[in-house]
Amino acid sequence: MRQRLTSEALVALVAGVLFGAGLALGGMTDPARVRGFLDLFGNWDPTLAFVMGGAVLVMAMAWLIQPRMIRPLFTDVFNLPKARDITPRLVIGAGLFGVGWGLAGLCPGPGIAALVIEPLSAAVFVATMLVGMVLVRLFEKDA
Amino acid sequence: MLPGFPHAEPLAGLAGGILIGLAAAVMLLGSGRIAGVSGIFARATGVASSSMPRLAAWAFVLGLPLGALLVMALNGPLEPRFLSLPWIAVAGLVVGVGTRLGSGCTSGHGVCGVSRLSPRSLVATLTFMATGIATVAAINALT
Repeated sequence: MRQRLTSEALVALVAGVLFGAGLALGGMTDPARVRGFLDLFGNWDPTLAFVMGGAVLVMAMAWLIQPRMIRPLFTDVFNLPKARDITPRLVIGAGLFGVGWGLAGLCPGPGIAALVIEPLSAAVFVATMLVGMVLVRLFEKDA
Repeated sequence: MLPGFPHAEPLAGLAGGILIGLAAAVMLLGSGRIAGVSGIFARATGVASSSMPRLAAWAFVLGLPLGALLVMALNGPLEPRFLSLPWIAVAGLVVGVGTRLGSGCTSGHGVCGVSRLSPRSLVATLTFMATGIATVAAINALT
């Protein structure tokens, strides 16, 4: 059990480091570049299309391998999202997320990775993001 | 260099994207999970409960800045262009609310879900791209 936990944490650490390196290398930790990508009707910067394209291409191969595996390499079962319904909640949430993404040029991954690049700005982003997440949870408890 | 887009960095973008795709593949094939940053961050901080061990969630979250540090050590300093703190705070709040309601962000929906051709993730990704583009266009029109 303890061995499982350790190996799963190590897998997550390796994935996190690769992810953070990819974000920094691809320019996603530079908010101006992200906003340049979203500036489709202005001074468009297509760099992030290459980031997304590269990531989706590699991950699509992993999705081809996954069904042929009985279980993951270091854990017992695949824990994958099962929801299939397209709900108003999904669309409203994604829409709001896009507004925040466009406003500051930051999404969660680059915001966290940027803690070592621009500590104060990134810390404000991560802290307020956490507040937003807690707010949703509080409202859901009332409902 | 990309003809017509002097500021674009297609090769760095592609390299970064491949690393992000590898990170997501390691997570899926190694521990059977989706590398969705907002969800894993919510799990690490205790906002959300999931089957992912908290230790593993923290390992992934801490890996993100470690990966960025690695890129800075190997590739030289990054020059991020952040907006002022009040904008970042508003954006962080909106991103926090949106990613919880929408069950994910650019990584979970945009990379893992799109590459799986998940209808929910395709809808979410098109939605946050559209509102992100609209937000940047609106800000540019007003300022």
